[in-house]
Amino acid sequence: MSFGGALAAPLVAALGTLGRTVIRALAATGRVTLFALTAMSHIARPPLYPREFALALLNIGWLSLPVVGMTAIFTGGALALQIYSGGARFNAEAVVPQIVAIGMVRELGPVLVGLMIAARVTSSIAAEIATMKVTEQIDALVTLSTEPMKYLVAPRLLAALITVPLLVAVGDVIGIAGGYAVATSSLGFNPVGYLKNTLDFLEPLDVLSSLAKGCAFGGIAALMGCYYGMHSGRGAQGVGRATKSSVEAAAILILAANFLLTGVFFSA
Amino acid sequence: MITLSDLHKSFDGAPVLRGASLHVPKGSSMVIIGGSGTGKSVLLKCILGLVTPDSGRIEIDGQDATRGDREAFLARFGMLFQGAALFDSLPVWQNVAFRLLRGPLKRPRREAREIAIEKLRRVGLGPEVAGRLPAELSGGMQKRVGLARAIAAEPEIIFFDEPTTGLDPIMAGVINDLIREIVTEMGATALTITHDMSSVRAIADRVAMLHDGKVRWEGSVGEMDATTDPYVQQFIRGKADGPIEALR
Repeated sequence: MSFGGALAAPLVAALGTLGRTVIRALAATGRVTLFALTAMSHIARPPLYPREFALALLNIGWLSLPVVGMTAIFTGGALALQIYSGGARFNAEAVVPQIVAIGMVRELGPVLVGLMIAARVTSSIAAEIATMKVTEQIDALVTLSTEPMKYLVAPRLLAALITVPLLVAVGDVIGIAGGYAVATSSLGFNPVGYLKNTLDFLEPLDVLSSLAKGCAFGGIAALMGCYYGMHSGRGAQGVGRATKSSVEAAAILILAANFLLTGVFFSA
Repeated sequence: MITLSDLHKSFDGAPVLRGASLHVPKGSSMVIIGGSGTGKSVLLKCILGLVTPDSGRIEIDGQDATRGDREAFLARFGMLFQGAALFDSLPVWQNVAFRLLRGPLKRPRREAREIAIEKLRRVGLGPEVAGRLPAELSGGMQKRVGLARAIAAEPEIIFFDEPTTGLDPIMAGVINDLIREIVTEMGATALTITHDMSSVRAIADRVAMLHDGKVRWEGSVGEMDATTDPYVQQFIRGKADGPIEALR
């Protein structure tokens, strides 16, 4: 075999691997997109199962409040300390209220809430639906004339689209409160002045972007949980793999969507 | 009433059904026997549309099962799953009355609960079970609840997937007797898949043996005992030696 021929074989093999990976990625994107469109169409068409929807509101929204609150309050407090000590290097300690507000509302609030929801809700949805799949409960739903996309996916997706922006709003407020508590108790800020600076500095677009991100991240978190749950493999290993993959996919997509949405809202 | 013609189904290139054909007359109880991995469950799932066959035809009362109103089609069926497949998050009575609480067969909640309790009684469970969650029940009780759910909407056709798997012989006998009684009483068409010969003798009007993705033999229980077919004989006698490979 010639030297060129010896080089060509591994090159062709590498290109083949690359091609297969790209095709697999495109196919997966197509499957997830179709799944999302089908789920949205089930939200738009009756019936919506009210009991399932109410349970999803409770699980995704209300029961996530403690973890969202704890995450936000410590992040807000740490942010205040960081900005104060960092700002001191160029005599800008006074901007703590403004930077905590903008940091929490524009970025940290939505992203941290999104990631906490991915950890808490996506994993739980994926594990629950995957377990239903391996124990034939999803087949049972079909034989009982109930469309699983409508009964399992649509209520969870709709609940996430509604509750996660609200959780982000709560997280934003608690994060700012964390910064306020640290700044006024240990950094010597005046409480009234801190609040005034915070409120004066925030703009409607900041809040709007925060809520829009919450909506997008909620949708991603619920969709990934449902998608990987519905496409789970067999047995305990299948459930475990579905759960792990759903959280990984949700976290990556949330961070990517955050980058895109930040560009859309603030690139000008 | 149920006619399957030349069904083929493969998974990832591995054929499971290789031309399965079967006719189940209306009101009869057909039991399909066969070893693990011979395609029994896939056959049932093809009829219900849970799995799409690669080729072949499925007819219910002469109508192509893959066409028409799917909800109306499924409303004619009840199914008892191998592991009962009860919904963990719902109490027993809501599992039984699932179809009666939503969809075209929806009834008032109180009436649905009463029907569920009546069906539970029919399978030998008292009203005190109605409020429990499935996880609080034994395997035998879960099977009975699954049976109650399968018959709750009084379907024309009932499928039983390995109804006695995982049960002790006494409970298996109880479930077999219940299935036979209920099928007779309702006049339903029943299709059961099992490899438990006590179920075959208790439930079947007719028996079909599925082997290698095809219906190899079909006949009555008496004919099954008398047949000289070496596959059927090996299976019903549970012998390791014979034409069916023990390692599959």
